[in-house]
Amino acid sequence: MARLIRMDQTGHTTVAEWRADDPGAVEAAVAAFREELDAGYYAVVSTGEGHAEQVRELPPDAELVILRRPIAGG
Amino acid sequence: MGAGVLPETAAVYWRPRVDAARLRRRGWTWTGTTVAHTVPFLGTATLLMALEPLSFPVAAIAVVHAWGIPALYAARGAGVVRERPRADAGPERTALGLLGDLVGHEARELHARTGLILERGALGVWLVGEAGALLVRPGGRRVDCWCVKADAAELPSADRIAHLLLALREDEAGFATVANLAFSGAPWRLRRRLPAVRRAALDAARAESGPGRQARVRRSRP
Repeated sequence: MARLIRMDQTGHTTVAEWRADDPGAVEAAVAAFREELDAGYYAVVSTGEGHAEQVRELPPDAELVILRRPIAGG
Repeated sequence: MGAGVLPETAAVYWRPRVDAARLRRRGWTWTGTTVAHTVPFLGTATLLMALEPLSFPVAAIAVVHAWGIPALYAARGAGVVRERPRADAGPERTALGLLGDLVGHEARELHARTGLILERGALGVWLVGEAGALLVRPGGRRVDCWCVKADAAELPSADRIAHLLLALREDEAGFATVANLAFSGAPWRLRRRLPAVRRAALDAARAESGPGRQARVRRSRP
């Protein structure tokens, strides 16, 4: 089961779960994904050890998509 | 690290993108500035003693200034990885689970001991904290302290680290471009100013980036 999670004050919240072969679940996950991006989150997918990639569309075949807030110099 | 460009770099469009050569130049500039701040005080102390040995107290004050200015810079650098207030135990535990999934066993173990995550990059070996990161350059003879944080103060500690770690993995050069450089200098200078618990992380990063270990420093993807 693939997951879309958002890092927040609770540690993290599972925003959506889906299986690539379940179009309804994918559609719901895409909608939730859009909503989070509109709220200012960035979506990141791990692409191997020490590598990550920002995604602007939900990759249905990804195991885990993480939503993070922007960073800034302190 | 990732092949894309960190979107946050758009907010600092006037900054040239960091690369190894630019980082080296900034390090030299930093050292030059420190020398420029220190030498006049030492020169004054020497001159005073040469002209009038009874001016020893004033000369001593000048020497203290010469010693204190680099120490203050190093203290500012150490401040980027100081411990921040923790969230409640539940969220911290949940966030720690996610962070643990993002890193390997060695990094998890080091984080448990020191509160910092070790991450190898193209620019050197990083130690990522809650509101900043240290970069130990290849060779281990210089460390840069970067002040950078997630735009959400309410996050648990491990989530704040995970934010920085993911951004670093997306675009290492972009990460260094967005972050503010708080100190650049010799690791021993920084080490003295770090809390004892963090020193082991700096030692581990130096060991990773020292001579003979540079091959382990990861190359950027084309």
